[in-house]
Amino acid sequence: MTDHTYKAYDEDLGALKTLLARMGGLAEEQLARATDALSRRDGKLADQVIADDEKIDALEREVEEKAILTIAKRQPMARDLREIIVAIRIASDLERIGDLAKNTAKRTHAVSEALPRKLMTGLARMGRLAQDQLQAVLDAYAAGDAGRALAVWHADEELDALYTSIFRELLTYMMEDPRLIGMCTHLLFGAKNMERIGDHTTNIAENIHYLVHGSVLTGERPKKDTTSLTPV
Amino acid sequence: MNQISSVQPAPAPVRILAERPEKMAARGVNIHYGDKHAIKDLSITIPDRAVSSFIGPSGCGKSTFLRALNRMNDTIPSCRMTGDITLDGRNINGRDVDPVQLRSHVGMVFQKPNPFPKSIFENVAYGPRIHGLTASTTDLEERVVESLKKAGLFEEVKDRLHQPGTGLSGGQQQRLCIARAIAVNPEVILMDEPCSALDPIATAKIEELIDELRQNYCIVIVTHSMQQAARVSQLTAFFHLGTLVEFGDTDKIFTAPRDPRTQDYITGRFG
Repeated sequence: MTDHTYKAYDEDLGALKTLLARMGGLAEEQLARATDALSRRDGKLADQVIADDEKIDALEREVEEKAILTIAKRQPMARDLREIIVAIRIASDLERIGDLAKNTAKRTHAVSEALPRKLMTGLARMGRLAQDQLQAVLDAYAAGDAGRALAVWHADEELDALYTSIFRELLTYMMEDPRLIGMCTHLLFGAKNMERIGDHTTNIAENIHYLVHGSVLTGERPKKDTTSLTPV
Repeated sequence: MNQISSVQPAPAPVRILAERPEKMAARGVNIHYGDKHAIKDLSITIPDRAVSSFIGPSGCGKSTFLRALNRMNDTIPSCRMTGDITLDGRNINGRDVDPVQLRSHVGMVFQKPNPFPKSIFENVAYGPRIHGLTASTTDLEERVVESLKKAGLFEEVKDRLHQPGTGLSGGQQQRLCIARAIAVNPEVILMDEPCSALDPIATAKIEELIDELRQNYCIVIVTHSMQQAARVSQLTAFFHLGTLVEFGDTDKIFTAPRDPRTQDYITGRFG
């Protein structure tokens, strides 16, 4: 696309994208470290994740301020307007992803060293998958590629399916050994966090579609998370 | 009057036109000023009881086309037009159509407020009087008051109706011109950048007025302010180099236009 007649307008929009790239990078890192902290039960790393969440929050505020100021100054239209609205929405999703990573990290302290290793593998897999999805959607955003965003949107199914299987697996452990109920519940919440991160990632994918095409992505996304229908 | 010979289907926003009937339409219109081809094969359907705005860079032909809608171009000797423009399905360029009569149906408000050097009352009374629209002096007075009320000006001028119209502020003068246009009971009101000489408050009042008037009139407005087009109109047409690039629901044009040229223009990317 050609540049604006006002050079400073391009700079305003460029600055928003840069902020979001930083936010996205941080969110990815937080997610990776939170998963790592929980699966290795590394309390120190978990504390760092908890402390660093503030950085993402601060960036979200910065994105909002920049977006509001740009709207006030430029009265954006068409794609420029979508660019700004989408930046606000994506920033909000990334901030929520940061919160979910922080919440996952917090659970590290509640899960004891004695926890059988096999219980962690499913969650670690979910964490990796959520990271891959997040990275793919952020790449799609940076490239303005709605096709890649759509692929991420569809792939969320896998994360949902994995969550359902972990849910069942943890239920089985809890039934086998009631002493594990407390810890398994924490892991279940951790897994739920990953599933929610997947949902925020698909929100971002939907916003990329809107940004590029100017229309809302319609149609039911295939859902494989059936846990809310599972009788316990 | 001649019925139009349909050349090609005119582009029309389906949703708005489904709700409102066609008021004016152009089919295959070409306008030349001497050697300059100002409007190129333009077709459009303008609905009744809605505001349609024409936007585009200077020299794109939007004002030329607006003036063709009430035959204001007739007075320019080098100007030639082909194609059909209709009002309620009747060709406005037919030999039996009197342009003065036409302009009482299709009124116009210009960029700079241009009240006659007469009193406020006379400015508004002029049209009904020359068109013989009122039976008595009382009738005429009623019509003047009613038109001033519709133009949102009456309260501000009721105590000085017989003072010169040129003594009003710019915004008031423009509303006086709108009252003058309304006084002859037009069906269509054309506005050529009606707010470009006004401050933001006067502009807001005119825009508010346009929004009220659209309940009863077909309004077409040429504007350089994209925000104004977005605020006041239900339909927006984008003109570029004499062609109609895109015509559609205003909501759509300003959020997700179809044509990249529209996109470039409204986002301020035209070199």
